[in-house]
Amino acid sequence: MIGASLGAAAYERAPEISRILAGAGPVEDTRRARLSAKADAILTLSGIGISFGGVTALSDVDLEVKSGEIRAVIGPNGAGKSSLINIISGLYHANHGTIAIDGQPFARVPANRLARLGVARTFQNLALFGGLSVRDNIASGRVHTRHTSFVEHIAGLPRARREDAVIAEKTDQIVVFLHLEAVADRLVATLPYGLQKRVELARALVAEPKILLLDEPMAGMTATEKAEMAGFVRAARDRHGVTIILIEHDIGVVMGLSDRVAVLDYGRKIADGTPAEVRADPAVIRAYIGTAEGEASDELL
Amino acid sequence: MAVQALDAERLPIDWQKLALPAVLIAVAYGLIPTYASSYLVEAILLPFLALSLAAVGLNLLTGYCGQLSLGSSAFMAVGAFAAYNFNLRVEALPLVATMILAGISAAGIGILFGLPSLRLRGFYLAVSTLAAQFFVQWALTKFGWFSNDNPSGVISAPHLTVAGFSLDGPTGRYLLSVTMVIVLTGLVWRLVNSAIGRNFIAVRDNETAARVIGVPVLRTKLLAFAISSFIIGVAGVLWAFTYLRTVEPAGFNLDRSFQILFIIIIGGLASIRGAFLGAAFIVVFPLVLSRLGAFAFGGLFDSGVLDMSQRIVLGALIIIFLIAEPNGLSALFDRLKRRIGSRSS
Ligand SMILES: Nc1ncnc2c1ncn2[C@@H]1O[C@H](COP(=O)(O)OP(=O)(O)OP(=O)(O)O)[C@@H](O)[C@H]1O
Ligand SMILES: [Mg+2]
Repeated sequence: MIGASLGAAAYERAPEISRILAGAGPVEDTRRARLSAKADAILTLSGIGISFGGVTALSDVDLEVKSGEIRAVIGPNGAGKSSLINIISGLYHANHGTIAIDGQPFARVPANRLARLGVARTFQNLALFGGLSVRDNIASGRVHTRHTSFVEHIAGLPRARREDAVIAEKTDQIVVFLHLEAVADRLVATLPYGLQKRVELARALVAEPKILLLDEPMAGMTATEKAEMAGFVRAARDRHGVTIILIEHDIGVVMGLSDRVAVLDYGRKIADGTPAEVRADPAVIRAYIGTAEGEASDELL
Repeated sequence: MAVQALDAERLPIDWQKLALPAVLIAVAYGLIPTYASSYLVEAILLPFLALSLAAVGLNLLTGYCGQLSLGSSAFMAVGAFAAYNFNLRVEALPLVATMILAGISAAGIGILFGLPSLRLRGFYLAVSTLAAQFFVQWALTKFGWFSNDNPSGVISAPHLTVAGFSLDGPTGRYLLSVTMVIVLTGLVWRLVNSAIGRNFIAVRDNETAARVIGVPVLRTKLLAFAISSFIIGVAGVLWAFTYLRTVEPAGFNLDRSFQILFIIIIGGLASIRGAFLGAAFIVVFPLVLSRLGAFAFGGLFDSGVLDMSQRIVLGALIIIFLIAEPNGLSALFDRLKRRIGSRSS
């Protein structure tokens, strides 16, 4: 059950709120100016709604993502963040609404064609292939570019070998980019958690997607690992120009990394804007206060 | 920050994997045909080879691609009966061509009974492959055409000739069998080490992630069923033509399917070597046990009691072994090799 709220990282709201209120790290205005200059939406969700039995996970959610931006989606546990990403990647089918990926509209995104549509993703709970090496896991991210049959592979025909060579080269580049050289030939299941998260990012990046969906890529990491991961996410955008949708509970990371932030609460979008706007939004403060106790609310009052 | 290198758990290099098979092939062609007794060939090597090949085929489907099947014996039966009928009804069809056509027939039935895997997983899939088991046995018994209307239903295997050489003797049958096993195992080895083999593992380890990155999940599963059934079908031909020398539906029952499943579990899932180790264990161990039993209690109990207690001992040993080494003989083998390696260095 991908994307269910089970196993979400424990996150304490109190420190978050104080950080929101204190104002964590300004976002450079130049970057935002550049973004609005080429303000074409690469991904548009309109009126998205989905429910599971009696539970309404999302209702009437609109989201517009501009090419090249880092778009954060935040909200308390169970707010519907993972459901949103699962709908974009075609694993869930929305009951209402449409999705336009790079101008192409869908009521249901075909998950098996997702990679060819230029969308790659990571999962909230690790979804690696435990029986494969790190390198093979990463290489599998380019499987959508293959056209060769099993006969060509068994016989080792030139076309299959060329295909393997191209993929091996792309894989090597990502291995270097994410500093995974030392573990590249190990079985992925033997790696510590933080590195496995990084391998999953590598598997998504090697596809050279236009849109990258990251569901809590830093959950369960130490502060150092988080900072490192944030650096990789930013570098992926800056160097490869990929558009990123980022779900993350650590508000400090979100505010520092993203261009725009959408806030979900009980399946509804309650705020949307720049980090500074969202931080100042009374509805956001209320949503977070409404679920937090103790000193944080005292602090606000 | 670069990641620290950790030496343990590195994947083995390919040439190391090749050394042992090379030695085994030399033994298979150099020593065995000259020195092995006909008892060794008839009672041990021929069933071992056929079961090993069937286990290689099942391991491809279950070990590598994660699709649990209890229909192996049905695919063996399809192979054996298809070979018998091609041989009977097509004039002057070469033996190798017969075997390939038999494999293709089994692959066709395999794809048909693999279709439920597009919807079902794990035990539910296993139960649906049982349908193959019962359906094939029923069809082969029900329609006399398959056994050329032979009243007993037990038909003798045809004469075996390749390029004018008769292979009816034990050595000839052994050479035919060992060659088929080596060639097909070599092809499977290439397959599992290719991008297609990695697709199998991806589907097994995380079907959802596989789908999202663009692995053609449905096609991959059906391909696994097809290739696996092809190989198991040829194993069925070897079983009937080189080992039993008869073709009959009764031998391809559910027990045989379970036996092949045990072989890959004991030998080690997703390991070609495991298929051979497991088959050796399943073929040789009961013989050893029965020799020991007859030697120790020969006069005391009748053979029925001895036979039953052997099964119990065998079952108990398998359970104890799997608790101690859940990854099978193949993992045990690796551990021994590492220990010997570390001692010598
Ligand atoms: N496959 C599913 N079946 C049933 N209910 C589901 C399913 N997926 C999500 N839900 C429910 O939808 C709601 C939103 O879940 P979702 O996983 O999208 O939240 P989230 O914002 O990602 O939470 P978290 O921060 O804990 O990851 C929850 O109530 C959840 O239980
Ligand atoms: Mg979630």
